[in-house]
Amino acid sequence: MGEFVIKMPDVGEGVAEAELVEWHVKPGDPVREDMVLAAVMTDKATVEIPSPVTGTVLWLGAEVGDTVAVKAPLVRIEIAGESGAAAPAEEKPAAKAEEKPAVKAEAPAPVAKATQPAKVEVKAPATNGAHANGVHQLGERLKKALASPAVRLRAKESGVDLRQVTGTGPAGRITHDDLDQFIARGAQPALAPAGLQRKTAVDEIKVTGLRRRIAEKMSLSTSRIPHITYVEEVDMTALEDLRTTMNRDRKPDQPKLTILPYLMRALVRTIADQPAVNATFDDGAGIISRHHAVHIGIATQTPAGLTVPVVRHAEARGIWDCANELNRLAEAARTGTATRDELTGSTITISSLGALGGIVSTPVINHPEVAIIGVNKLAFRPVWDGTQFVPRKIMNLSSSFDHRVIDGWDAAVFVQRLKTLLETPALIFVEA
Amino acid sequence: MKEISCKLLVIGAGPGGYICAIRAGQLGIDTVIVEKAKAGGTCLNVGCIPSKALIHAAEEFHKLRAAASGRSPLGLSLANPTVDLARTIAWKDGIVGRLNGGVTGLLKKAGVKAVIGTARFVDGKTVDVETETGLQRIRAEAIVIATGSAPVELPDLPFGGSIISSTEALSLKSVPKSLAVIGGGYIGLELGTAFAKLGSHVTVLEAQPRILPLYDADLTKPIGKRLGELGIEVFTRTVAKSYSAETGSLQAEHNGRAIDVAAEKVLVTVGRKPVTEGFGLEEIDLDRTGRFIRIDDQCRTSMRGIYAIGDVTGEPMLAHRAMAQGEMVAEIVAGHKRNWDKRCIPAVCFTDPEIVTAGLSPDEARASGIEIKIGQFPFQANGRAMTTLAEDGFVRIVARADNHLVLGIQAVGHGVSELSASFGLAIEMGARLEDIAGTIHAHPTQSEAFQESALKALGHALHI
Repeated sequence: MGEFVIKMPDVGEGVAEAELVEWHVKPGDPVREDMVLAAVMTDKATVEIPSPVTGTVLWLGAEVGDTVAVKAPLVRIEIAGESGAAAPAEEKPAAKAEEKPAVKAEAPAPVAKATQPAKVEVKAPATNGAHANGVHQLGERLKKALASPAVRLRAKESGVDLRQVTGTGPAGRITHDDLDQFIARGAQPALAPAGLQRKTAVDEIKVTGLRRRIAEKMSLSTSRIPHITYVEEVDMTALEDLRTTMNRDRKPDQPKLTILPYLMRALVRTIADQPAVNATFDDGAGIISRHHAVHIGIATQTPAGLTVPVVRHAEARGIWDCANELNRLAEAARTGTATRDELTGSTITISSLGALGGIVSTPVINHPEVAIIGVNKLAFRPVWDGTQFVPRKIMNLSSSFDHRVIDGWDAAVFVQRLKTLLETPALIFVEA
Repeated sequence: MKEISCKLLVIGAGPGGYICAIRAGQLGIDTVIVEKAKAGGTCLNVGCIPSKALIHAAEEFHKLRAAASGRSPLGLSLANPTVDLARTIAWKDGIVGRLNGGVTGLLKKAGVKAVIGTARFVDGKTVDVETETGLQRIRAEAIVIATGSAPVELPDLPFGGSIISSTEALSLKSVPKSLAVIGGGYIGLELGTAFAKLGSHVTVLEAQPRILPLYDADLTKPIGKRLGELGIEVFTRTVAKSYSAETGSLQAEHNGRAIDVAAEKVLVTVGRKPVTEGFGLEEIDLDRTGRFIRIDDQCRTSMRGIYAIGDVTGEPMLAHRAMAQGEMVAEIVAGHKRNWDKRCIPAVCFTDPEIVTAGLSPDEARASGIEIKIGQFPFQANGRAMTTLAEDGFVRIVARADNHLVLGIQAVGHGVSELSASFGLAIEMGARLEDIAGTIHAHPTQSEAFQESALKALGHALHI
């Protein structure tokens, strides 16, 4: 029997480590070639690790939630054949790197689940009442509070139900101190009327996977980037009229237009005048990269959390094309089928909460970009036209800029230009 | 008729009953205990204690025989060892006698009044006891039923003559040439092994597909191996049919085929049943769970003021369970707030090698839907085990995968019964794998295998 070692593959450019988010196997499981063993996550994308061999899992090198360095051993598999374990273990990973690991966005992978081997359960014969009884009581036993016999005795004598006490010890063990505190606190509300009761339970949820990525990214953005947020209101009446007309007259193969494609086109026009906002800032190296391409990230809510699919080369896309691409990406992100490329590489980002948009938001810049445009809610508001109040469709734009590289004046000018385009939508379409 | 009254009456002075009475006495409760035979019950008189004495004597003799046959790897030798079973039994009876006296003394010291005789319920507050000096009526505020259990008899092979239960097996005057053991559970294997070591030709018949069917195959494998080494024949899927005293042979059906087993004695160890008859239990008609008296988590029966503890209340039929229940009931009667909150009841098989289990087995843990980690460490890799020729077996630990809480610990090996204390403590204290791995276990001892099993489950065992 030989041993085969699968190492954490190099899953993307410049990625030195990845987080293990799911095991599909456990030690002792048989595996076939190409069966998915694990899922690891790098910057918002999940990579599945297939098995290059057939054999039996001997050892797993990490637990879910662990961060594993690239090239670190991930799985050991016992394989039939020569016992010279070192040779195949060393040589194969190179071969493996050629195999393109299937890349998927964060979402449970139903296909991979199906390939999991059927678990073979060897049930002990139910022999007599004693055994059956023992198994029957297991559930009960597991529900019991975790505490030492001395703590249990004190609780009983004090009339405390330990199941209501939160344990601070290892594995949630209830200590004497926990009991003391519970009794001290419990003394006052003892006479509280039935109905409203204090709750002391705390659910601890390990931050893993996409949520951890989001947390890290948000910390990075807000700790590194001094934000300046600028809010302006935009009269969208004309654009809404245009949008209604275009939607009414669209061809069958054309998608229904939302405000976003107009905003994307307007951004492209504005960026042409002010390239400073379509940039990424490497503050370590002290270099600002101004991008001629306009790759617009669209902050999208998915069941797993926030992701940012990217409409690439918006500068080269017409409004219908923008709308098509937007629909396709949003769907891919929501169903977890977006590829890594589709989830990275934006140069500027739009954040829209749609109908929940509120009147003002303070968008967090998608590091290392330097600008993010937040779309607030569209609503009829009375506007004084000089002689009377008229109903106009008004929408706020809340935009944040990296104040290290974008001055407040330039930010304001940028938003004012955007406002002009949106309020006179014909300008979006006239030849430059 | 003489009549007395007390606060607490305990029926049966086995390990459950006498502990209950002693604890009640300590707590100042006016307590009477009734026993029809000798204090100590099955455990002390015809169970745990005498069987361990016999097992030890047999093991010693077996070692002498091994040395005499020139097979001692230790380089020991001697000539013609013999065993005088009558003297062995007398020595065993001496131990039992000392313990009988000890229990009686402890009851007296605790201020418990002991009445010798057969109890009979009159009603839920009154018991009549037939004593040597006449009928004694006892009225009690609380009554504890601790009548224990008795060996189950096979209808086709009733006890008597050559058909014996464990009780008779522990008082044989000579070593039978051949012994058939019906029932490959722990009692049958413990005694069967002892007699094989004393020189009997032993055959074990078990109806299930394997011996010790309540334990998983990994745990019983070393025992099966040892039985073979001792020349014990094991027939599984075998049902005993009848015994012929003239030919000294037992007829049985093995896999549908008739077999004949030579047996000077036939030891029937097919289980134990609760003692619920012969003391007027029908007068008070308590609720049952199967054959057992039904109890709640305070050992209360369906009638107020009547408690039941020990084997009469069900599995596991273990002395230490009864003792813990007895202690708890005494405290409840004294007005303390108590309920059954034990996390595990360790169990020991004094087979060769021994088996210890505490808490959940891997299968039980999986059956309750928990993700688990298992660490198993063989005694082959334990220095102390090597020095005592005890390399068979292992320690296995079962823990939750998420927080490493230890759910169960099992071991098989020589002398592992003494590890049961640390196993039980680990589970009662809510230990995690890290707690056991982080506790220094003295070197060189077999207990190091316990620490190593925890390290193994954590993925970094040091000696394997």
